[in-house]
Amino acid sequence: MSSQSVHLPLFPRLPALALRWVPVTPLSMALAGFARHLAQRHPGMFRRLGRYDQTRFVLDPTDLPISILLEPRGGKPRLYLSRRKLRGDARIAGPLAGLLGMVHGTYDGDALFFSRDLLIEGDTAAVLALRNAIDDAELDLSAEAQAMSGPFAAQVKRLIALAEARTGVALSRHEEIDGW
Amino acid sequence: MVMEIVCPAGTPASLRAAVKAGAHTVYCGFADETNARNFPGLNFDRDEIRDGIAFAHDHGAKVLVAINTFPRAGAEPLWHRALADAESAGADAVILADLGLLAHAAQHHPNLRRHLSVQAAAANADMINFYARAFGVKRVVLPRVLSVQEITAINAETEVETEVFVFGGLCVMAEGRCMLSSYATGQSPNMNGVCSPASHVDYHDEAGALSARLGGYTIHQVAAGEPAPYPTLCKGCFQAGEKTGHLFEDPVSLNAETLIPQLAEAGVTALKIEGRQRSRAYVAKVVRNFRAAVDAQAAGLPMPEGMLASLTEGQAATAGAYKKTWR
Repeated sequence: MSSQSVHLPLFPRLPALALRWVPVTPLSMALAGFARHLAQRHPGMFRRLGRYDQTRFVLDPTDLPISILLEPRGGKPRLYLSRRKLRGDARIAGPLAGLLGMVHGTYDGDALFFSRDLLIEGDTAAVLALRNAIDDAELDLSAEAQAMSGPFAAQVKRLIALAEARTGVALSRHEEIDGW
Repeated sequence: MVMEIVCPAGTPASLRAAVKAGAHTVYCGFADETNARNFPGLNFDRDEIRDGIAFAHDHGAKVLVAINTFPRAGAEPLWHRALADAESAGADAVILADLGLLAHAAQHHPNLRRHLSVQAAAANADMINFYARAFGVKRVVLPRVLSVQEITAINAETEVETEVFVFGGLCVMAEGRCMLSSYATGQSPNMNGVCSPASHVDYHDEAGALSARLGGYTIHQVAAGEPAPYPTLCKGCFQAGEKTGHLFEDPVSLNAETLIPQLAEAGVTALKIEGRQRSRAYVAKVVRNFRAAVDAQAAGLPMPEGMLASLTEGQAATAGAYKKTWR
């Protein structure tokens, strides 16, 4: 029996290709700052990780030429972005729309896994803990980005809405029912 | 009368999602071995359960607290504390399986409504009536091994309310008595609250072919493009002689939404959705679907079209034992 894909939108090919040439260090630093901002605003998310708060998670958006290493470190997260294949204790791979869709409650992680849209390797229990912790946090990455943008919040909101419309990737939280 | 929808919540966010999606009742558990979904990152601490119950009550929904594992000798106080804390948090009922814990609850928390967990595997009217007489049990969650006709027969012989599973993971064994997970991992739902614990699960992908292992044993291998399984022994794919196949059960989920009218006619009070380990997206989607179905059933309207296939394990569903052909 073949699997029934959730039909996740793939990140547009041209901007994805551009990431091959963009310097990753500034992007990596910006994402690390964003992770620290989330940690301050959502400490419960890190508490929920329990014994897995020192796990090294590799997040691998398969439609982008980059990988992300996330170390929660008990609420003092470290995040590193690279074009190289990264190694960690657990790896979660899938289209960016799926990874961000799980964060925003648009998609169910188990359903993405059953349909083979998502691959997990390594420490399965740690992946479950991360999924459950993020799911409970009810994050809205768009709102979080606006919150740390000060006077530029309105521009950031418009930019994110534009990116969401162009890529089909859920960059903000919608009603949980929208994914199917 | 509208049948009651009893919905899972593994986290406070899922509880809110269930209530907002139309759940009449939500069930959840404490973040320890007192409940049968003791998974990493899941469940509620004492403050979260108190807040969750307050939220549900504010929205006209009830909360049941599952304390449905079997206490270890010498560790009973952990389960006794869970009972006391559930009552003080305002739980509408507790879901119990262990005889000793039922006796303790009846004696020390007489005003706390008691439901019998599916883990107690009460599958006939005599047994259910015994639990009612001895411990004041008001509702029983029936095992997933009964046909609609058998459920009708039970309801004819008991005043205890019956609750049946209608969607989600399908446990095909006599629940509360299945030891399969213990053989491969040393942990079971009965004692530790985990069946095939994730800490003993690993996946290996090689050129698209996926192997799923439990406790080091390969339980499944699927080719690229085939649905990924979770490696539970009862749904494993094994070789016996020259045959390869699922000896006990295929990796499918239960979906009995089309049987709601028959279950109503059989006298069932409540419909239970499995999935405390699933995300709030799953909870919202499934709850909304089943709420629409029971509302339609109560209004005498046709059942709405189901849309839940993508959420099921193995991406395949069965009506399970409710239709005899399954056995």
